[in-house]
Amino acid sequence: MSEVKPDLVDVQIDGVWHRFPKGTRLIEACRQVGAEVPHYCYHPKLTSPGNCRMCLVETGMPPRSAPGAESPQPDESGHLPIVWMPRPVIACANTVAPNMGVRTTSPLAEECRKGVMEFLLANHPLDCPICDQVGECTLQEYSVEHGKGESRFREQKVKKPKNVAVGPRVRLDDERCIMCSRCIRFTDEIADDPVLGFTDRGSHTVLTVYPGRELANNYSLNTVDICPVGALTSNDFRFQMRVWFMRETDTIDVNCATGANITVFSRQNKIYRIVPRRNNDVNSDWMPDSHRLNFHWIDSEARLTEPMVKEHGRHRAATWSEALAKTAEKLASLSGSEIAVIASARMTNEELFLVRHLVRQLGATQIDIVPRMGEGDGYLISADRNPNTNGARLVLGLARPGDGLDRVRSEIEQGRIKAVLCFQENLVEDGGFSPELLGKLDFLLASYPLAHSTTGLADVVLPGACWAEKSGTMVNVTGRLQRLNKAVDGPGETREPWEILRDLIASLGGDSGVTSVAEIFRQIAAEVTEFKGLAWGQIGDLGLPLIETGETIPALEREKQRKAAGLIVG
Amino acid sequence: MGGITYQSGRAPHAKEHRVIFRNIDRAGWDTSIDTYRKEGGYEQLKKALGMERAAIIEEVKKSGLRGRGGAGFPCGVKWTFIPPNNTKPVYLICNGDESEPGTFKDRYILHQDPHQLIEGMAIACFAVGANLAYLYLREEFPEAARIVEKAIAEAHANGFLGKNIQGSGFDLEIYVHRGAGAYICGEETGLIESLEGKRPYPRIKPPFFPAAMGLYLCPTIVNNVETLCHVKHIIEMGGDEYAKTGTKNNTGTRILCVSGDVQKPGYFEVEVGKVTMGEVINDLCGGLRPGRKLRAVIPGGSSAKVLRADEIFTVGRGDDARKLTIWDIPMDFDTLAACGSMAGSGGVIVMDDSRSMSWVLNNLNNFYAHESCGQCTPCREGSLWMKKITDRLVAGKASPSDIDTLYGVAKNIDGRTICAFGEACSWPTESFVEKFRDELVADAKPSLESAIVNPETLTAAAGLCD
Repeated sequence: MSEVKPDLVDVQIDGVWHRFPKGTRLIEACRQVGAEVPHYCYHPKLTSPGNCRMCLVETGMPPRSAPGAESPQPDESGHLPIVWMPRPVIACANTVAPNMGVRTTSPLAEECRKGVMEFLLANHPLDCPICDQVGECTLQEYSVEHGKGESRFREQKVKKPKNVAVGPRVRLDDERCIMCSRCIRFTDEIADDPVLGFTDRGSHTVLTVYPGRELANNYSLNTVDICPVGALTSNDFRFQMRVWFMRETDTIDVNCATGANITVFSRQNKIYRIVPRRNNDVNSDWMPDSHRLNFHWIDSEARLTEPMVKEHGRHRAATWSEALAKTAEKLASLSGSEIAVIASARMTNEELFLVRHLVRQLGATQIDIVPRMGEGDGYLISADRNPNTNGARLVLGLARPGDGLDRVRSEIEQGRIKAVLCFQENLVEDGGFSPELLGKLDFLLASYPLAHSTTGLADVVLPGACWAEKSGTMVNVTGRLQRLNKAVDGPGETREPWEILRDLIASLGGDSGVTSVAEIFRQIAAEVTEFKGLAWGQIGDLGLPLIETGETIPALEREKQRKAAGLIVG
Repeated sequence: MGGITYQSGRAPHAKEHRVIFRNIDRAGWDTSIDTYRKEGGYEQLKKALGMERAAIIEEVKKSGLRGRGGAGFPCGVKWTFIPPNNTKPVYLICNGDESEPGTFKDRYILHQDPHQLIEGMAIACFAVGANLAYLYLREEFPEAARIVEKAIAEAHANGFLGKNIQGSGFDLEIYVHRGAGAYICGEETGLIESLEGKRPYPRIKPPFFPAAMGLYLCPTIVNNVETLCHVKHIIEMGGDEYAKTGTKNNTGTRILCVSGDVQKPGYFEVEVGKVTMGEVINDLCGGLRPGRKLRAVIPGGSSAKVLRADEIFTVGRGDDARKLTIWDIPMDFDTLAACGSMAGSGGVIVMDDSRSMSWVLNNLNNFYAHESCGQCTPCREGSLWMKKITDRLVAGKASPSDIDTLYGVAKNIDGRTICAFGEACSWPTESFVEKFRDELVADAKPSLESAIVNPETLTAAAGLCD
């Protein structure tokens, strides 16, 4: 024991001695060694009120010898004997102490859990068959693992408000609420919008929204995620799909440069919901509602499902080879200086790398992206609404993305640029190109998932897959390289943008030499300085830091402060 | 400034030893500062202001004073829990939320002798280094709030509160804060939350021990009204002299509040441990009602475990072990604890043989189900569950196995909650079932054994089987 560093303490968990840093909460210590302690109210990103009492464990300390009495002798492992205390303690708020003993499976600990489960179910409605939480309900799960299996409760259950709209996106069933207060703490501590609270007392306690207010902040749906039961449900998702039918794809959000880590839940190529995925270097456990719900357009009527070419002022469906051949034929008659390529910072690094290849192939001199700047929200939404501006900087070598658009516009005006190839952007609505200006072009190619004002003007329209239908990498606002993973197939004849670019390069007589996204990444790693030495498989589910940008994510900075102050585990 | 003069009541009983209640119901006494000062009021504060702070704490430690609010924790020891390297402000809170059923002592101090409390608080504040103190009064004491506010203004006007008290350089303000009517506000961390303007949800300990992280997360000492009054008398007598009253480890006097089936219920200040339960009932209270026999006593407020009239209690260890009947129990902290109950808040509830124990338990369960704050699971769900079972029991709609359930529910609350309310609401049920099981079972109906089901469970089960 003498070699123990002062900041480490020895703790016995379920009979085995371990070493933890001082200040480690018992619940985290137990989790780290595989002794999962069940809990409802505890959440590492929120303060610990210790109210659910589900994490009660048995603890003990070495005996305190009376003055003058013989001090206890260490055993052969060098540890003092443990005197177990009759009163259980909560594992969520208590921290490890030197030579402490913890029992997570002793008769006392199990008896406590059984008792708490029985209490929680006493007034909880047995409406599981119609509850959205089924399949991801900790009340159900712990009932199976720690419950008694039968109820001694013979009384009438307490009646409370049901189907309450606490906000535009969140619905509350108070009878299902187990009063863990996670949602209250979230709105207070994370969203700075403390509109939720408890009223009334005892078993009649109800969760409610402050009179005249509503839970309307842009982070409200995170309360649904952290609700351990079916009390808070999402208006958007409720009754749409059983969770166990869905496929989960870990990917990233593309609505701004933060690149929140998310899980996409889909079934049979349809996305049903998106939830944030923990990444302590990006989005913690949260994401904004506006980003979370921005997916319904993916299976909308406006999706482009096949390539189109314009003849006599009208679009008609075409095959991919026909559309690409027409493009190649047109471009062959133009010199590089007559062609501008407008790509997008919504494209992946791999797609942008092929854009670079295409530009070289064409000898084009005008290449830029459409910037998309707004205001940051002080939490997780970055002022930069493009997810991969940093990737565009690195891969396309753009010093100041968007600065070249004025020149493109004036050269179109002057008739020096005769063709524009537009990938994954809307030049009319987002790029500041008027339909009149684009009308001066001899040739306009537009590739996009949806029909919009620019595709309407284009000579060739190519249906490109959206973010959920493709894979690749992006570099977020802090310079973190992250993976985008394909969750669903695009509709109809849609192709992933990298495939479109590869085929376009080929139809122009070039050879990109790639057959997969991973291969493109290998080329990037070989050619782009910042990516040197990186391998596709290295990036992982949580990404890795690529460059220093000096930018921070406000919500994370506050989380770090709260962690440093000991308020949360983090 | 004229004070409020109460009609003088009966004279103290010969077995009483009045210190704190010296002026209660006294003919010619009123609440004005002039009256108080005529009898030596605020002299102890002046004396204390001339002492070293550590010396005051030492006197209180030597006195052996134990908290009169319920837990009986040594007062002087509590005061030393303030971290020695503390740089934050220190607060003192006087807990005037007297809400334990069967307890009605603090209200008389507040109503009739407010300056005694203010003097005690001022001495305590000086000792612990607090320049700001709060008197937390329960909502149901509107009159007390008016009286104390007036007394505080008088103390201000006479230089016993405010800046530079009596030229000592010590500043102190006392504010009265009125609660909104909740039993849980008597729990010190619940009280602190309430004082901060929040729902009185008790805090988890650790880390929120008030002496280190109390009001506004600053060191805070919370003492009961009666306890703080004793501080004044400890300064007057000296700790050693004070410790000669009462008995060893149970020093001083305390006020017993006797209610229930006695001829003359009321409040009695006695030396701790010098009076037995028999003397309380038969002498101080004039005995049981005619023709009645003693059935049970709850000796320390409603959450104390009940004592059965025919129990034989073994107290003391080894050579000191002795057997006591309920009549022989000296009314002190240690003996009542050894008898399996507690001295608690001093509320003695006497029940004779006319009382149905099922009814009594249901009465208690009603109170606790109504007062559970609802923060933590066992107490929130368990207290109402116990009430619902005893509701059925007194209505003749319970079966014998419900008594086992009742006991099991109480055991699942006891020791597993955030605050002591868990014990407060489970101990009555535990003790009544342990000691009066036969009577409770007799009130149940065996014919209902399989007839009582939870309709909702039944419906759900039927739905699943379809």
